[in-house]
Amino acid sequence: MPSQLKRLLVLGVIIISLFLLLKHLATPVSFGQYGHYRGNSLNEIAALPVKYVGSKTCVKCHDSIVALKLEGLHSDIQCENCHGPAYLHIKTPKKDKLFRPDSREFCAKCHSFNKARPEKAVTQQDIKNHHPEKKCITCHNPHQP
Amino acid sequence: MNPQYDQLYQALTKVVGYIYPNEIELNWSILIVLYPYITGLVAGAFILASLERVFNVNALKPTYVIALLTSFAFLLVATMPLIFHLGQPFRAWEIMITPHLTSAMAIFGFVYIWYLMVVLVLEIWFDYRRDLVIWSNESKGVKKWLYKILTLGVYDISPEAVKWDEKLGYIVTVIGIPSAFLLHGYVGFIFGSIKANPWWSTVMMPIIFLFSAMVSGIALVMVIYIVINYIRKQKIDMLCLDTIAKYLFYIIIIDFTMESLDQIHRFYEAGESFEIISLLMSGKLFFTLLIMQIFIGMLIPLLALGFLQFYKPNEKLRRMIYLVTGILVLIGIFFMRWNVVIGGQLFSKSFLGFTSFKLSLIGTEGFLMASIWLVVPFLILAALLWLFPPWKKSPSEH
Repeated sequence: MPSQLKRLLVLGVIIISLFLLLKHLATPVSFGQYGHYRGNSLNEIAALPVKYVGSKTCVKCHDSIVALKLEGLHSDIQCENCHGPAYLHIKTPKKDKLFRPDSREFCAKCHSFNKARPEKAVTQQDIKNHHPEKKCITCHNPHQP
Repeated sequence: MNPQYDQLYQALTKVVGYIYPNEIELNWSILIVLYPYITGLVAGAFILASLERVFNVNALKPTYVIALLTSFAFLLVATMPLIFHLGQPFRAWEIMITPHLTSAMAIFGFVYIWYLMVVLVLEIWFDYRRDLVIWSNESKGVKKWLYKILTLGVYDISPEAVKWDEKLGYIVTVIGIPSAFLLHGYVGFIFGSIKANPWWSTVMMPIIFLFSAMVSGIALVMVIYIVINYIRKQKIDMLCLDTIAKYLFYIIIIDFTMESLDQIHRFYEAGESFEIISLLMSGKLFFTLLIMQIFIGMLIPLLALGFLQFYKPNEKLRRMIYLVTGILVLIGIFFMRWNVVIGGQLFSKSFLGFTSFKLSLIGTEGFLMASIWLVVPFLILAALLWLFPPWKKSPSEH
């Protein structure tokens, strides 16, 4: 066997061994436990705090507003869809106030014209030209639009 | 108004007909155009080199090493557009550490490493080994040490050892040809296997990609060879240039036939997606497909090279025609990749509408970023040519 081939074979073995070592060291311990992912990630994600509390919790204090909302077109929308997660608010309601969106842009997230959005499902409006000087909530009560 | 909404309104004005919400913005932009483009240049340049080595086309000898170094320089950069497109460069190595065997894309890392380490690096090493030993004795300073390291401590340059270099290099090249086919056929396969997209989903895709890769790689080496000789003020070997042009001509014919066959098949079949695709070709892709890819990048080079097969004007004019043709072919193949990648995302999967794409100048998916990844391989090539000048190599037997 020529000397250059011998040297290459040694180098090849070293490179492959290094790769296998790196693969061994860098593969997470629980990888492949259930499938092609890190098994421990399931428990880690499950252990994260739950931040959305659900409308059933909101109704305990804000029953009149929830009742109003249930009569309107926004009845299917969860409170926290607009107001954000309430996990802090339910512990310290005075200190941690929820988000109260009032901008035109916020309403536009769902109600701006978009050809890709089914018109029957969501009312659509030309946000640029429909009373541009006013806030949407001046005329529309967001809980019963 | 919130700039986000301005953007949405602007985007919506460019939507034609009905499209799904997630189709407004293109997920794959110019960096994904560059990926098959650069990989194609690698495979094409290598196949030109193997023409000389395996198929004994002796006239191509002056470009053998240039083609190998070009292939190597571009291969080093081939994955960069992908890594930068993903935006998570530090996760890129995970496809090697925890490979997913059912994903075509995930195995690309191994195909790439095979091609880089087992084919190109080895072939270049065997070809340069004797010179590295000689240069490590003659040079001084850092260069001397670099050459010394690259010899891997094997200083035997006896005729027998050199003969072994030849033999082993030949074996590597023979393995390299199917590997080059694999590398680029693979890129075509990734697109061709996306069954949801009628513009991509065709079994012809790997073959079309392969031949267009050969076209672009050969054109690139031809242009580089002309430019290098111009810079070095050396006389060009016209027999070599004529031979490259002859092969370029043949391969363009095959490529043109394959691509036409694919389109004719589409036209004749006229499946449910045909209406939107014909609108795409005559509308959104009119400039990039019909003008840039087919007319500028294929028909003009085909006519020019075809003309030169029958009539040979003087050397200066021929050189000029080859240079211009080479550049046109490179532009044409770039637009071929563009039309595949961008074109495939312009129409809706509903077949009822189009979105549009405008290339931005800056940003991670912008023109400047793409330009960087097109310029870097040339800088690497310049460095390689300076470190391992082919014109200072001792003559080889093959």
